[in-house]
Amino acid sequence: MSDLPRPEKLFASIDYTPPKADWMDVPTVIKPGRYCYAANPDSVNYVGLPNAHKWNPLDEDWGLPENWQEIIFNGLRERLHKFRSFKIFMDICVRCGACADKCHFFIGSGDPKNMPVLRAELLRSVYRGEFTTFGKILGRFAGGRKLTASVLKEWWYYFFQCSECRRCSVFCPYGIDTAEVTIIGRELLNLLGLNIDWIATPVANCYRTGNHLGIQPHAFFDMIDFFCDDIEDITGIRPEPNFNQKGADILFVTPSGDVFADPGTYTCMGYLMLFEYLKREYGLSVTWSTYASEGGNFGFFTSHETMKRLNSKMYMEADRLGVKWILGGECGHMWRVIHQYMDTLNGPDFQSSRMETPVNPITGTVFKNAASTKMVHIAEFTADLIKHGKLNLNKKRNANVHLTWHDSCNPARGMGLLDEPRYVAKSVVEKFTEMPEGTIREQTFCCGGGAGLNAGENDELRMMGGLPRANAVKYVHEKYGVNMLGCVCAIDRAVLPNSMAYWVPEVSVCGLHELVANALVFPGEKERETDLRGEDLPGEDE
Amino acid sequence: MKALYSLFLVFALAAIALVGAGALGMEKAFGLYIPFLAVAVFVVGFCVRVVGWGKSAVPFCIPTTCGQQESLPWIKQSTIENPSTTGGVVMRMLFEVLLFRSLFRNTKVDLHEGTKVTYGSSKWLWLGALAFHYSFLTIVLRHMRFFTEPVPGLIAGIESLDALLQIGAPTLYLTDLVFVVAVTYLFLRRVVVPQVRYISLVQDYFPLFLILAIAFTGIFMRYFAKVDIISVKQLAMGLVTFSWNVPEGIGVLFYIHMFLVSVLLAYFPLSKLMHMGGVFLSPTRNMNCASRKFRHVNPWKFENVHYHTYEEYEDEFREKMVDKDLPVDKPLAEGAE
Repeated sequence: MSDLPRPEKLFASIDYTPPKADWMDVPTVIKPGRYCYAANPDSVNYVGLPNAHKWNPLDEDWGLPENWQEIIFNGLRERLHKFRSFKIFMDICVRCGACADKCHFFIGSGDPKNMPVLRAELLRSVYRGEFTTFGKILGRFAGGRKLTASVLKEWWYYFFQCSECRRCSVFCPYGIDTAEVTIIGRELLNLLGLNIDWIATPVANCYRTGNHLGIQPHAFFDMIDFFCDDIEDITGIRPEPNFNQKGADILFVTPSGDVFADPGTYTCMGYLMLFEYLKREYGLSVTWSTYASEGGNFGFFTSHETMKRLNSKMYMEADRLGVKWILGGECGHMWRVIHQYMDTLNGPDFQSSRMETPVNPITGTVFKNAASTKMVHIAEFTADLIKHGKLNLNKKRNANVHLTWHDSCNPARGMGLLDEPRYVAKSVVEKFTEMPEGTIREQTFCCGGGAGLNAGENDELRMMGGLPRANAVKYVHEKYGVNMLGCVCAIDRAVLPNSMAYWVPEVSVCGLHELVANALVFPGEKERETDLRGEDLPGEDE
Repeated sequence: MKALYSLFLVFALAAIALVGAGALGMEKAFGLYIPFLAVAVFVVGFCVRVVGWGKSAVPFCIPTTCGQQESLPWIKQSTIENPSTTGGVVMRMLFEVLLFRSLFRNTKVDLHEGTKVTYGSSKWLWLGALAFHYSFLTIVLRHMRFFTEPVPGLIAGIESLDALLQIGAPTLYLTDLVFVVAVTYLFLRRVVVPQVRYISLVQDYFPLFLILAIAFTGIFMRYFAKVDIISVKQLAMGLVTFSWNVPEGIGVLFYIHMFLVSVLLAYFPLSKLMHMGGVFLSPTRNMNCASRKFRHVNPWKFENVHYHTYEEYEDEFREKMVDKDLPVDKPLAEGAE
């Protein structure tokens, strides 16, 4: 944080005027604060990914294998055939520029290579220069270039400055999704062992222990147990969650970020309280799993294959425990994977025959929209409970909260989860104000740390990327007095507090179920004096 | 610089036709062979490209959702922006292809005093693109009167509608005007907006100049240096009925026009102009958004994927699990053997 300039200074440095020279002639300089450290070879090795080696992005020599160009070309050729999205997006961009000012990293940095069109063009130019007849003959005249070591470094630098939030895709007349391009770009870099450590190590951890922090089962149990202590202190009710419980009706999987860091931990306490309430009132049987203790899938930022390997644990565990369906916690890319990849990747191999189309056992609602994956989002689940009047809620306990809603980009643009969390939020808080149009729903802004970019060393990049989101929050804070930013993503809960502290220090960040748990009235609970954060509850007369 | 290259290229092409069909008298080549070849390249090339895309797999269901999903019965779904039925997907594509829905959303970012960013609606690109494509379409349809005998009522209808204002003689086509304005706007935008200039390549300027040159030669022929329209129709009819003949004295301007059109047709499949075909195949727009409801099948298989099974996991951590009373599949003694 020490090297980070003050917000006003950082803001003043934003300049949208591109350099005079052609972009192919502007060399890429890797700037500290805007890149993440290289992947630890041990982590790369652990999951058997190719070319694990020690290297430093600031060094001239990246320790590439002799035939690195051949590896990239073969990888590229293979992927052009395997992904129509990629091939089409390489071919049909007309460079209209509609996406240019839609990326949060461009808005916050002014770096023209952060314009989605140009970020994709970094790869497209090589595709044209090395793969198309036109480009091979005419070269630069056709917008083509050769794959050199400096081009490869440029790829690495800018593909890891894309949080794959898909906002640009919303505005593209052909739906070109730069995330698809950088996903493939990162896959290619992974063939050379060039990932970042904030992705590679979580991947290895997830693979070994089930969660990205490498929490072993006993420690996972202890952490949740610790939350139960806190809940007991605050409410007088002690939740007794099940772990690895065979015969439970529902398996609950949430991102492990919720178990580890504030304010995600309060959201985690929220889940625990909700399940305890439903168990006591309606006999709901839910189990947690230490084996499948991560919903977030860092494999998504490595390769499709790694994503499949990490994702498989959810279905394997559901099968082993014999649950009817899976409930998923508040997480961003976890839900993109669940919604768009999971069933295709692992459905037929691992989905247990005992699993059924999810039915809310309390309300009888059939989640037809999850008939095939057998996986329901907790916002859908809770919204259904509230609609049926199954929860005793006291909004007044959140009277000190003036909430605005951050649509986490993956659920918003990868599944369309927009109104369910709003319904839940409005049921548990008294004051709710939307941020301006153009910054919410499908046009929502990334927190700045998605797709594995939430490392400490790229602070400047994250603050730049966080500007558009923070700016909209600042607007509603100053105009309406909003003091809380709600979201359904664990990365948001990790990144946004820093970003708010930097740009809008008066606003805090919370998950949805923290607010639910604050408002939830247990039969026989003691009179609460504080909320889950240990802060005084607003007086009833206020 | 890139714009100048492109402009020069278009002038050079016009000069080729001027010399070829004019001074060298190669009317047959420029009137029949080249256009025929160009159409062949266009048709074959277009098909090759589309089939090429079609051969690539669509392994995952990855639509960009731009509205509320199908969810609980009391939550209103955005059936077009987040379609869960084929009908919805068709509607989404129609909005995209016919009305440029995504471009309509366009905004422009601005920085202000302090640390303030604002986003204003910006519909000029949408309007320009819409005007360009629709006037282009109308002009192409109007030209069908050269290739049909008798001229179908629909084409005659379009033509009379286009000449509605009845300005001048021959009457001014409104689309000619709109077309030139729109192309000029699209070009100026590339030159004037710094970011757009930065991303523009030779191949972005070239088709604009080429199209503009086609428009100018066409307009010039119709309104000013009039060519023998009866002969043009004879030539065109000859082309489509394969009874090739070149009437005398059409005028070299026509051959320039025809040659530039031929270049455009042949260039089309090689270039970004293929977005015309590609837009229909874009997986982020043309797929059903109900991927939790219906399983999407990946046509290719993952190879050599190793999974970390629960058994392996329990073997590593059994002792620690038993210690916390976490259920295990194998008791400690058995696992420790």
